[in-house]
Amino acid sequence: MAKRTIIPFGPQHPVLPEPIHLDLVLEDETVVEAIPNVGFIHRGLELLCKKKSFQDMIFVAERICGICSFIHGVGYSQGVEQIMNIDVPERAEYLRVFWGELSRIHSHLLWLGLAADAIGFESLFMHSWRVREKVLNIFEETTGGRVIFGACKVGGVRKDIDNDTLKRLVKELDEIEADYKTLAEVFKNDYTVNHRWSNVGVVTKEEAHALGAVGPTARASGLVQDLRKLGYGAYEKLEFEPIIETTGDCYGRCMVRVRELFQSFDLIRQVVAKMPDGELEAKVVGFPEGEYFSRVEQPRGEVVYYLRGNGTKFLDRFRVRTPTFANVAPLLTMLAGCAFADVPAIVLSIDPCISCTER
Amino acid sequence: MFEKQEIVEINKEELLAKVSSLSEEGYRIVQIGCTKLSDKLQVDYTFDKDDKFYGLRLGLPLEKLELPSVSGIYLAACLYENEMHDLFGVKVSGMAIDFGGKFYRIEAEAPFMNTAEAETKGN
Repeated sequence: MAKRTIIPFGPQHPVLPEPIHLDLVLEDETVVEAIPNVGFIHRGLELLCKKKSFQDMIFVAERICGICSFIHGVGYSQGVEQIMNIDVPERAEYLRVFWGELSRIHSHLLWLGLAADAIGFESLFMHSWRVREKVLNIFEETTGGRVIFGACKVGGVRKDIDNDTLKRLVKELDEIEADYKTLAEVFKNDYTVNHRWSNVGVVTKEEAHALGAVGPTARASGLVQDLRKLGYGAYEKLEFEPIIETTGDCYGRCMVRVRELFQSFDLIRQVVAKMPDGELEAKVVGFPEGEYFSRVEQPRGEVVYYLRGNGTKFLDRFRVRTPTFANVAPLLTMLAGCAFADVPAIVLSIDPCISCTER
Repeated sequence: MFEKQEIVEINKEELLAKVSSLSEEGYRIVQIGCTKLSDKLQVDYTFDKDDKFYGLRLGLPLEKLELPSVSGIYLAACLYENEMHDLFGVKVSGMAIDFGGKFYRIEAEAPFMNTAEAETKGN
């Protein structure tokens, strides 16, 4: 048996924007085991429900993550709305999908850029972020914010986009999609991308299921699992099917995101075509009393909000299980047996958001 | 549209058998979470199969926060169990990976059980 060595990976590492630590047990250049260590930036945001009213907690929910902040707000709002039996106006539901799918586009483009950077493909990184910048401009134009924009609220949305602007934005998004299509071809066909990610960090369908994988990590292993199919919000009225790959490797996880971008562009076109006129928010009367597990699909996968109200303005419990937390266990399986040099690419392939995980 | 959620109350002694049965039926583990109530600690085990939500719920007396680990059935459970230990002080026996109270690097012991200070500072 080769001599075993333990190499620390992180919490500071060039591919990690946020801190996670792995103890990598190596035999020669092969990882035989990885032991995770998080908790460097635990913020205890869940406890803020004792200080902030249920209406203000949405601002906390949005600040759990600096990338998928809007969908955090939607997940939280839906939970409170279910407890309080609030019927959200249809226009608000469609606008939530509009900003939610734009959030998925900007998150996936961000990941594609980081992933390209991790394998040394600098120009691809820059082009991915160049395209993403145009999406952030749409956020700024429609909400005033580029990352955290407070457009969602309990009962509906705070801002409207007039129908003429929506039609113009669809045209802009067509141009962005055409621009992105060139990039997508590189991710699909480039030799370097294929060579670095194919058959690397494989997790089988059975393993992904047993380990509780979510989002693109699960779908790349062949699991048909997309919480949007629950039909929450306006998704019930939109046509789409989960994007599935079967290779279970880093390349498969990349391809799921590459294809989901096209799906998100299509969903936005459907949203604008079907956008009903009407109110933006329902009146919120009283305080939440009851409980609900609100589940929505983030760019990284399923996020779960457990909310419990006691009939006062403060919630008894605000518990969040983020997608990266669920994908840590599958990550350990991906790392077992991989080459040491592939560790950064594999870690990045689950699109880890430690800020979410630590909340 | 809101999904229907089935939550079944069980006692601690039934936990391993129930979780094992769900695993055999093909359920995915979604999360394990705690909620401190006035007289007990509520522990929720959440599962999913084909987008169908299923929950197991048990109550632990506040003076005896002890549970067996289900990480022998679902490996991923050990991360939630370490979280339960660090934030709520639940002693979970038999975890596949036991971080020994260092899963979260926080100074306070079981901070989510001692929320009196936070509760009195509501805005």
